[in-house]
Amino acid sequence: MKTFTVSKAVTALMLAGLVLLPLYSQASGNIFILTLFTRIVILALAAASLNLIMGFGGMMSFGHAAYLGIGGYAVGMLAQEGVGSGFIQFPVALAASATYALVIGALSLRTRGVYFIMITLAFAQMAYYVASGLARYGGDDGLTIYKRSDFSGLINLSNRTQFYYLCLACLFGVVFLIWRIANSRFGLVLQGLRSNEQRMQAIGFPSKRYQLVCFVISGTMCGLAGALLANNTDFVSPAVMYWTRSGDLMVMVILGGMGTLFGPVIGAVVYLLLEEFLSQLTEYWALIMGPLLLLVVLFGRGGIMGLLGRLNRG
Amino acid sequence: MLLVVEQFLNGLQFGLLLFLLAAGLTLVFGIMDLVNLAHGSLYMMGAYFAATFAAWTGSFLLGALLALGATLVLGIVLEMSALRHLYGRDHLDHVLATFGLILFFNEAVRLIWGPAGLALPLPAWLTVPVPILPGIHYPAYRLAIIAVALLVALLLYLGVMRTRIGMLIRAGASNREMIGALGINIKLLYTLVFGLGAALAGLAGLMQAPILTVQIGMGENILILAFVIIVIGGIGSIRGAFLAAIFVGMIDTLGRAFLPNLLRQVLSGAAASTAAPALSSMLIYLLMAIVLVVRPEGLFPANRR
Repeated sequence: MKTFTVSKAVTALMLAGLVLLPLYSQASGNIFILTLFTRIVILALAAASLNLIMGFGGMMSFGHAAYLGIGGYAVGMLAQEGVGSGFIQFPVALAASATYALVIGALSLRTRGVYFIMITLAFAQMAYYVASGLARYGGDDGLTIYKRSDFSGLINLSNRTQFYYLCLACLFGVVFLIWRIANSRFGLVLQGLRSNEQRMQAIGFPSKRYQLVCFVISGTMCGLAGALLANNTDFVSPAVMYWTRSGDLMVMVILGGMGTLFGPVIGAVVYLLLEEFLSQLTEYWALIMGPLLLLVVLFGRGGIMGLLGRLNRG
Repeated sequence: MLLVVEQFLNGLQFGLLLFLLAAGLTLVFGIMDLVNLAHGSLYMMGAYFAATFAAWTGSFLLGALLALGATLVLGIVLEMSALRHLYGRDHLDHVLATFGLILFFNEAVRLIWGPAGLALPLPAWLTVPVPILPGIHYPAYRLAIIAVALLVALLLYLGVMRTRIGMLIRAGASNREMIGALGINIKLLYTLVFGLGAALAGLAGLMQAPILTVQIGMGENILILAFVIIVIGGIGSIRGAFLAAIFVGMIDTLGRAFLPNLLRQVLSGAAASTAAPALSSMLIYLLMAIVLVVRPEGLFPANRR
């Protein structure tokens, strides 16, 4: 750490909190908080993957929840067919998400701007309807997963603490990967494309190819989150890829700070804790959350990370 | 034959309804450059207003008229209080802010009307089947929807192409700074356009209400269809929205009606009955994908830039 900044301090505090959480949960006997934070960590992973294309790639995908569903359904369907090994389930989940991202990305990247937002939204909605039509795998009602992915003794997903640490390790791994990508030549080209696509093309970069690769990487990462989420809830249903979930993910990214490394993680933690807090306060929590989002958009430029950065400058 | 004609009309009716929704969306986008996800909420509010006012007044038509006015006012209030501040901002900001509005509207409806849906009963004179061809009857209400929607489409066309306000709207769409500089009250114009779009969405909602139940979230699925239509038709183009809406309405309705039978002739019974519902709901998205591959800017792009 070269210099001390408020945002770095807050990030470090949060990460330490996430690592130490199971100890607190064990000491206080509060199991609920561990379950809640497992979900938060998984969705933070999804938000971080969305941040890769939104923040660094400049691609505003409004259909990111589709990968949560695809990863989840890969686990659920294999479990249903008697393939319980995580060594098969997880690679299949990642491969399925990558394939979907490749097809959708190749089509969607023909457009830009608001068209891109709408197209990714429409394709995710298509995936939602396809899942609703899967009569063999529960259709609308969803699919119960009776046994979590089996990693043959390496790690036991049914153990809350082990599962939490697996999710946290995945999150850290993905954030590390995003950091490496963002600072690589590939990532710099992407950020160049975000700022000025025409100029980058003029220099001679095949813009669509770079963006598509980024899109696929991001989708694969989110597929991992989907596979973890299905294991967490022991259940997967079309509802995980409903478009409001894609909206939630976008909100987490923006709230935390788009294009920053840990912003989406902070955004996910704050958003989901706020949701939890408000829903305990009143049944009509969305009545407060909705206008709150509006205010964040209107006044909170740069999200929480931006705010912390301004604090630092005084 | 009977079924074909009936489904064809159903498709036309659905398409026209989608047009009302898509027209408002594309107007608001074309002129204010605002992506309004909450457009589906205005559709929902139109339906709820109609059900409430119809129950109060005891008359379907009076209820519908009051609901139309109420959605118009709601749209204007919404524009003046919140959305006005979003003009000129990033599209992503629009998406997030209006996403928040959807959450708000859904929850407000749940608070006011309760989680259960409402019904909007039709008056007797609209429920009679009308003979349209020898031996073929079609519900009067659906014919009425077709007539009203076509009339509104015509008025919209004349209004935009032939009146002074329409001229200003078109001018605003092609260069907003310039018409502001020419002394046109652009704020008022924007509010007006947004109100018009809201009223169109409300009209679609209240006309659809007697066919489906009035429920929370009813605007969300149809909003996505409206997006698909705009993308296919070309953003900002009313003509494109009209043709694409009819196209999508037809394909969706006819696909759902006839695809299962068609598939059954190719596939085994069980496979066909599993594949058909998924495939028919995918159909319009496939169509959109094809349009995007062939013409990324939509079939009838408005002349912008």
